[in-house]
Amino acid sequence: MKKNWPLWEVFVRSKNGLEHRHFGSLHAADEEMALENARDVYTRRSEGVSIWVVESKHITASNPENNGELFEPAQDKVYRHPTFYTLPDEVKHM
Amino acid sequence: MSEKEIKNLEELFDQRIARDEKIEPKDWMPEKYRKTHIRQISQHAHSEIVGMLPEGNWISRAPSMRRKVALLAKVQDEAGHGLYLYSACETLGISREELYEQLHSGKAKYSSIFNYPTLTWADIGAIGWLVDGAAIINQVPLCSTSYGPYARAMIRVCKEESFHQRQGYEIMMTLAKGTPEQKELAQDALNRWWWPSLMMLGPSDAESVHTEQSMKWKLKRKTNDELRQQFIDQTVPQADLIGLTVPDPNLKWNEEKKHYDFGDIDWDEFWQVVKGHGPCNKERLSARVNAWEEGEWVRDAAMAYAEKQQNNKIKKAI
Amino acid sequence: MKKENLIQYIYGIADNALILGQRLSELCGHGPNLETDIACTNIALDLLGQTRCYYQYAAQLSGDKVTEDDIAFLRTERQYKNVLLVEQPNVNFGYVITRQFFYDVFHLLLLEELQNSDDEILSAIAKKSIKEVSYHQRFSSDWIKRLGDGTEVSRKKVQDAVNDLWKFTDELFHLTEDDKNMLENGVGVDVSLLKEKYYQVINEILEEATLIPPELKWFRKGGKEGIHSEHMGYLLSDLQYMQRTYPNMKW
Repeated sequence: MKKNWPLWEVFVRSKNGLEHRHFGSLHAADEEMALENARDVYTRRSEGVSIWVVESKHITASNPENNGELFEPAQDKVYRHPTFYTLPDEVKHM
Repeated sequence: MSEKEIKNLEELFDQRIARDEKIEPKDWMPEKYRKTHIRQISQHAHSEIVGMLPEGNWISRAPSMRRKVALLAKVQDEAGHGLYLYSACETLGISREELYEQLHSGKAKYSSIFNYPTLTWADIGAIGWLVDGAAIINQVPLCSTSYGPYARAMIRVCKEESFHQRQGYEIMMTLAKGTPEQKELAQDALNRWWWPSLMMLGPSDAESVHTEQSMKWKLKRKTNDELRQQFIDQTVPQADLIGLTVPDPNLKWNEEKKHYDFGDIDWDEFWQVVKGHGPCNKERLSARVNAWEEGEWVRDAAMAYAEKQQNNKIKKAI
Repeated sequence: MKKENLIQYIYGIADNALILGQRLSELCGHGPNLETDIACTNIALDLLGQTRCYYQYAAQLSGDKVTEDDIAFLRTERQYKNVLLVEQPNVNFGYVITRQFFYDVFHLLLLEELQNSDDEILSAIAKKSIKEVSYHQRFSSDWIKRLGDGTEVSRKKVQDAVNDLWKFTDELFHLTEDDKNMLENGVGVDVSLLKEKYYQVINEILEEATLIPPELKWFRKGGKEGIHSEHMGYLLSDLQYMQRTYPNMKW
């Protein structure tokens, strides 16, 4: 069977100090080409200083059907947030 | 799943969209939502890459170095936009190759405006000004559409597209204040592109089949007629400013409505072009098919090479 | 040093970038797929950008209200000094890549020397362009390998292109009178000295690509003297169409 160029996900760091962010995807035959294509497609307007590419099939994603058990239990743990705690008015910042 | 369960899911789904929540690729979605999105996003992607052709015509003949690089960068952006949109479409479980197949077989549509020929350099100005202008009016609302990948692609597209319309208007302005010959080129291009640009915003609301559903899913935020009015209201003063005349004898400012009244659109022409009888339908499609077929051995070579390299790596590791 | 020699010397470098940029931009919208289309256009934009830097400098030297566009669009065919290699048509993607590869390797070697020119502007343009051209060479070399060591079909197609375009490579190393003059003045590069290194790089990549360098004793030349191939006239009639049809206008 004929094989098409696989899909890759592209992550770009826009400047040092910032994290890599998902920019989009593209097709490429190999990792070298994926990097070059990412450079040509996603950084034409100086959008980046560093690129990561990963073949899409290597990404393991959580399933939205499990969102309840995965993410809702965190919602009632209000004591993890600073606003849970009371401070005297005199203490302005803590 | 029972019909009742699906109905229930669909209701929850519609409520999510009504609450302005985004839908992401792995979320459950009604089959109709998926299909409608594949159709609209791919049609949009096809329009970008077919749209490269009429303008691409003039890259080799651009009149100055400055215009040449600007046009080349613009047409390249359209390839990029096609790519972003195909990628968004692929998240719905269809491959780019399948989408191409639909385009090449004539099953999928693209914006009819690209079936008109670019006959003079001024057409490049007119396309940038009018066609990109109409496209932006269509596209800006899509930045907040319900399907996440589509909305994100549109944000990127709109950001990049902002120079396209300026590029076109600047060409027209330069021609309009140039020699009489140049001004004539500009007026002629406006005459030929005005009506197709109005048609580009889609059939009138009475004729449009998808509007209601599309509104609900935020694939559309305004009706075709509203968008058209917006386009006319914004474009006519721009034409006046550079001394060009919009080719519509019935065009008149309506002080009461605060909008321009305009003449009848020749919808017969529109449907003829949609059905494949425009001046360049054949040429556009065969240019796409040729590029794809002539590229096949190249794509195959890259894949074969990648596999060999991969095998070598594995061998070395052992 | 005569100004006219310097201007001609600049044409000798810049015309290559213009004509190759023009050829590559013909491909825009017709590439083997979107990603490759975009990549080739980036290279075209780099080359046309470099062309403009050179021409703007030459225009400034010429004075008399000469512009970059006069230089780009209003010379006769005999006045263009590009090598024959870059004007060869886009027969197929194998030709596009081979032509690019043959030029990129030379281009990079040239710029690495030109950055040491006593002429500050040429040196600055060379320094800026080196980064772009390093990428071009990487891109075209990678593709030479993919096509050469890809499928049987692709190997044959790219080998045909190599065989066909090889005869244009020797001209890259010919010294023109303007070259010699600029060399004496510390401005120009002795391109004849780049030859050995050039074929070394080319042969290494071809070998990696499982391609065979042709054994050729006879090479084509003429472009540097303004004697081009038949393809050039057609290329120029596109390139110059607007400026010739509507003379003396602003665009």
